[in-house]
Amino acid sequence: MANVGAINVTTASVDAAADAMAGPRGARPRRMLSRRNIFLYGALFIAAVYYLLPLYVMVVTSVKGMPEIRLGNIFSPPMEITFEPWVKAWATACTGLNCEGLSRGFWNSVQITVPSVLLSIVIASLNGYALANWRFKGANLFFTILIVGAFIPYQVMIYPIVILLREMGLYGSLTGLVLVHTIFGMPILTLLFRNYFSSVPEELFKAARVDGAGFWGIYFKIMLPMSLPIFVVAMIIQVTGIWNDFLFGVVYARPETYPMTVQLNNIINSTQGVKEYNVNMAATIITGLVPLIVYFASGRLFVRGIAAGAVKG
Amino acid sequence: MTQRRPNQLFRNLNAKIAALPMILTATVVFAGGTAWTVLYSFTDSGLLPKLDFVGLAQYERLWGTPRWLVSIENLFIFGICSLIFSMLIGFILAALLDQKIRFENTFRTIFLYPFALSFIVTGLVWQWLLNPQFGIQAVVRSWGWENFNFNPLYNADIVIYGVLIAALWQGTGLVMCLMLAGLRGIDEDIWKAARVDGIPMWKTYLFIVIPMMRPVFITTIVLIASGIVRVYDLVVAQTSGGPGIASEVPAKYVYDMMFASQNLGQGFAASTMMLLSVVIVIIPWAYLEFGGRKRHG
Repeated sequence: MANVGAINVTTASVDAAADAMAGPRGARPRRMLSRRNIFLYGALFIAAVYYLLPLYVMVVTSVKGMPEIRLGNIFSPPMEITFEPWVKAWATACTGLNCEGLSRGFWNSVQITVPSVLLSIVIASLNGYALANWRFKGANLFFTILIVGAFIPYQVMIYPIVILLREMGLYGSLTGLVLVHTIFGMPILTLLFRNYFSSVPEELFKAARVDGAGFWGIYFKIMLPMSLPIFVVAMIIQVTGIWNDFLFGVVYARPETYPMTVQLNNIINSTQGVKEYNVNMAATIITGLVPLIVYFASGRLFVRGIAAGAVKG
Repeated sequence: MTQRRPNQLFRNLNAKIAALPMILTATVVFAGGTAWTVLYSFTDSGLLPKLDFVGLAQYERLWGTPRWLVSIENLFIFGICSLIFSMLIGFILAALLDQKIRFENTFRTIFLYPFALSFIVTGLVWQWLLNPQFGIQAVVRSWGWENFNFNPLYNADIVIYGVLIAALWQGTGLVMCLMLAGLRGIDEDIWKAARVDGIPMWKTYLFIVIPMMRPVFITTIVLIASGIVRVYDLVVAQTSGGPGIASEVPAKYVYDMMFASQNLGQGFAASTMMLLSVVIVIIPWAYLEFGGRKRHG
């Protein structure tokens, strides 16, 4: 949508700003310590502290021993670093009778995320391609329903899907969950691909048709190689979105197939007896690690992804 | 286009095959599923859905249930506050980042990273930070303010604000990003003209720039609003709806009715109410954006 363009503008002006800094051009240099700068950087710094504090506290808590947590305060750096909470969170933390730690949820999440991401991208890119370049009668109607569907609260569609999955014998299985993620990823990804493919020059498309390429030929030989960046953006949206999902996991999975977020919540919120805050925080970080890595590794593409994926909300 | 082919259905067949998943999703799941839920909300389905129509009985019961009323109240408080604050904070951060500062990328990365985290992680971190025994309250007390009170998660009157703090931490980065994109779309000459005319910066923002960013604001509001109605995981992780029922939200009511209380009819009625609230938000927006006069953009 318009946002994608706007982000491109952002990049352009950032580059322009970088150019301006390269040489002695542009406006007269300002004094570093003007009142304006102190206010500006001060405000940004305070905001940065607010955003970073929870991450810091998470990390610090997860490497402290329980006695230290009981005595000290949550902001103080650890006196003695221990990785035992991490090991325990990963391998032996209990939810009910099952004491396998987060590892099972992690592998479930991997088994859910990988096929869901691939399947949803393949399907949505074909949808988008058909919508952008091979319009058929009624295509716009279906597309409109799809986009409107993105705004409908999931709760409205949850139970009909339970019935559909049960009929197919997939309720509670990882396959069922993959299917659900593919369905709910479809509106935003289809929009993303449709907009991208629409921006490919039409001459290219026509030239390929003249040369005798058909629907699949053009898709594989022209569109696919041209649009790798948008595939990466789609992947970022999907990996973080699916990994972070909780609702579908808790509705459509069984305890053996629970994704990591559900298991994390169970470990922390349904333990009886003494709470081990360090183990809890270690488990929380481990769960957040995958999307964080995706975020920090992808940089600007993530921003592009959320601007495009903003529709998902 | 080719002229007169005998069979319309098989024209452009490959495209139709490729779009089949979309067609099925749109018709069966989205349209069909929604219609199904609305239809069954007029029945007295319990453990299993069945077509025994009882008129509006489920809705009457819904609006007579204290837990639902609390959920709605919370949604209102949470919704209005998170709209106002996330727009305000998001815009201010974007405006600060737009001042041609150094380390812009670093700051943006910091403000946005919580958005990559799930609501579960967000809720659990803030549950820990707001823990009265060890969290922020305890730390400030240990610094000497013995009477410092900041314990939202265990106080039924203000628990929803505790959830709000976490939600703002997670979501303002997104608003900032959208606003920043909007600000970058404003022509540099407008700033120059305002400066030449001697208009102070805050006035330029308030009376020139913000009105120009109207489309960005509307998109952002729609996004935040449709996210607010769905809020579920955050509450489950941070408070589990407690203390008591003080932080219940509609999405949680739906889930609990459908999958824990075996009261499907209530779940359907409640989810239909959620749908209604989204419709109320979306229709004026769709009308403004796509209906009325045609706009270029």
